[in-house]
Amino acid sequence: MNCNICGNNEATLHLTEIVNDHMVEVHLCENCAQEKGSDFKTHFNVGELLTGLSHMDAMSLLGVEKPALKCEQCGLTYDDFGRTGRLGCPGCYGAFTKMLLPLIKRVQRSTQHTGKQPKNMPKSETAAYDLRVLQDRLRKSVENEHFEDAARLRDEIKTIEQRLKKGKKKE
Amino acid sequence: MSRMSDLVRQPAEWLRASGPMSDVVVSSRLRLARNILGFPFLEKLKNGQKAQIVKAVEESLKKNEALKNLEIVRFDGLTEVDLQFLVERHLISREHAGQKEAGAVAMSPDEVVSIMVLEEDHLRLQAFQSGLDLQKAWQIINKIDNEFDGSMEYAFNPGLGYLTACPTNVGTGLRASCMLHLPGLVLTKQVHKVLQALAKLNLAARGLYGEGTQATGNLFQFSNQMTLGQREDEIIDNLERVIRQVVEHEKEARTHLLSKKSGKFEDQIWRALGALKCGRIISSTEATQHLSLVQLGVQAGMLKINLTQQDLNGLFLLIQPAHLQKLKAKALNSGERDEARADLIREKLKNVTL
Repeated sequence: MNCNICGNNEATLHLTEIVNDHMVEVHLCENCAQEKGSDFKTHFNVGELLTGLSHMDAMSLLGVEKPALKCEQCGLTYDDFGRTGRLGCPGCYGAFTKMLLPLIKRVQRSTQHTGKQPKNMPKSETAAYDLRVLQDRLRKSVENEHFEDAARLRDEIKTIEQRLKKGKKKE
Repeated sequence: MSRMSDLVRQPAEWLRASGPMSDVVVSSRLRLARNILGFPFLEKLKNGQKAQIVKAVEESLKKNEALKNLEIVRFDGLTEVDLQFLVERHLISREHAGQKEAGAVAMSPDEVVSIMVLEEDHLRLQAFQSGLDLQKAWQIINKIDNEFDGSMEYAFNPGLGYLTACPTNVGTGLRASCMLHLPGLVLTKQVHKVLQALAKLNLAARGLYGEGTQATGNLFQFSNQMTLGQREDEIIDNLERVIRQVVEHEKEARTHLLSKKSGKFEDQIWRALGALKCGRIISSTEATQHLSLVQLGVQAGMLKINLTQQDLNGLFLLIQPAHLQKLKAKALNSGERDEARADLIREKLKNVTL
């Protein structure tokens, strides 16, 4: 098979990518691949695909103007994220919450972490986390009809909820 | 670097051809994406900060008894071929190799653990196991993660979990994947059904060297897409259940080929062996395809040759472009490689009679 770009040389590099449910194949010869660098994925822009999932694009279609958002911590704009699909710093998650959360919900089907967490978490933050993990387990034990576990989990959840309420009153 | 020439003589962990179901599941891999608190993500990192991160990883390795056996290799002393060599062994990713001077990788001597420093995230911790053994890989990588957690602070948010440069990895930062050899499903033209079913289960299927690569040699990588909302053990368990089913289908397909299509099947396998034994010019795609069939013939007991599954796996790695160049200790262009590859294969198969 000949190279898709120059059409002269034998293609030695074969790439397949799924774009909007369609399989796209690209065949390149060594020279053209080298010229294009390892950057041959440029025609499949991950960032645009990602930000396309956010509701902000729908808003711009309706004529609502997109706010020029910028992360104060690292200087990345939301448009930059749209181009690359990569955030600039942990602070971006806070700065772009409004757009990122719906996007994360679409991609991940969830916006709540229930997996492992670092050792040194402040107590106030672990309580909310523990609560979520327990609620998740409660839901699953009910689904699986493990009612004894469910009753125990329900009690644990109550204890934590009460502790959280007390903490808030103190503040 | 001298270590590279040693590596070329050793079979990579993921090609050891041992472990559960290793006749179909070539290897299992787990990867955790982590970023260090106090630094921006890769795109916004200044050169000085990149050096600081590599230094911090180095310090953690030195300080920590459990991480001491990991050797760190900085990219600044490596050639293009060295980097590609590491990619072929799956110790680094193609994207990571693109980091050039700034990047580094820390790996264990047996190549079970590799830590990519300054990939898309500051750290990508990986553990490999031969065969279907995600649980073991999880034990290994979880321990490594805990050790790092003791010596550096990760970017973490109680709601979203571990924060990553791309929101598709946020949460657990966990990508569990298995590499499967599915010649039976490909030959019986059923593999597209499996791939469609996987997509419905939110699992991704990729070629041998990750995103954007084609499935050559009937090798497929299956992995979880979603990293948030499920615990690590749930993600791993889900993938493992699906993989077990795919393995069953592959075995059925192989039985079908052996019993119902044995004539045509035998012909394909012997032709593949013939092409490998006689070829004078052979591309890696062609060689990989033939090796896949020979592997299948050996596993099905059709080819009684004095080559084991591990020998064939080893050969599969040695014929990759950078490995060939390492073996020959010189740069080869694509035409020269095709000749060197054919020579190497004939040499390795010289005791096999047709």
